[in-house]
Amino acid sequence: MTIAGLTISMFDIAMIAVLVSMALSLFRAFVGPTVFDRILAVNVTGTLTVLLISIYGFLDGRPDFLDIGLLYALINFIGTIAVTKYVKYQDLGDPLEGPDEGDV
Amino acid sequence: MAFLDIMIGPLALADWLSWFCLIIGAFFLITGTLGIVRLPDVFSRMHGAGMVDTLGIMLMLIGLMFQAEEWIVVAKLGLILMFIFFTSPTTTFALARAAINGGINPGPKKAGRSVDIQDKKSKDAKVEHKKQGTTSSNT
Repeated sequence: MTIAGLTISMFDIAMIAVLVSMALSLFRAFVGPTVFDRILAVNVTGTLTVLLISIYGFLDGRPDFLDIGLLYALINFIGTIAVTKYVKYQDLGDPLEGPDEGDV
Repeated sequence: MAFLDIMIGPLALADWLSWFCLIIGAFFLITGTLGIVRLPDVFSRMHGAGMVDTLGIMLMLIGLMFQAEEWIVVAKLGLILMFIFFTSPTTTFALARAAINGGINPGPKKAGRSVDIQDKKSKDAKVEHKKQGTTSSNT
């Protein structure tokens, strides 16, 4: 698609949308009144980063970036669960008070 | 696949499908993050995060799938999609449970169960305070 001499591909529009969404969710991560707001916003930002890496791979003509995106999705999930458990129990180790005590 | 190469107007069918999925996905991404910014508390902001994680990300990835030139790229995009499909509800569940245990009150202030628990706790605290006061005065 060509607008005013500039050729705009569909990946450009997707990239702009992802960057705007990341700015909005980072705003909530900075402002958020409770710690759970911040965890939620950082989780959404990490999920959007996976999409950003994938779209950049297509934009650059190198879809090998999808491997990095898959790895980032894994680390994002583990990190969010770890931070949630740390906020809830102030500890990341095994539970001391019975088997059900350490569940997130 | 052959039918994706059919030309409809200026673009091929795969390009039309990509444009459609990416535009709708971008709409859901921006709407979901606006919800994260604008909604009042954690539990309603999780709704916005759910919009981003399901319709936004999934439509974007499906739109990217139509532009792939090799099958391995489609497989990798499908893996990312399946992973987000399973981990997003898990994360939201853990976060909601942590937020409820962390003392955030879901729902309006003068209705619901957590308010009753808080009132009982405050009454118990007052009773204990009185007991402690009497015992300390007795001794």
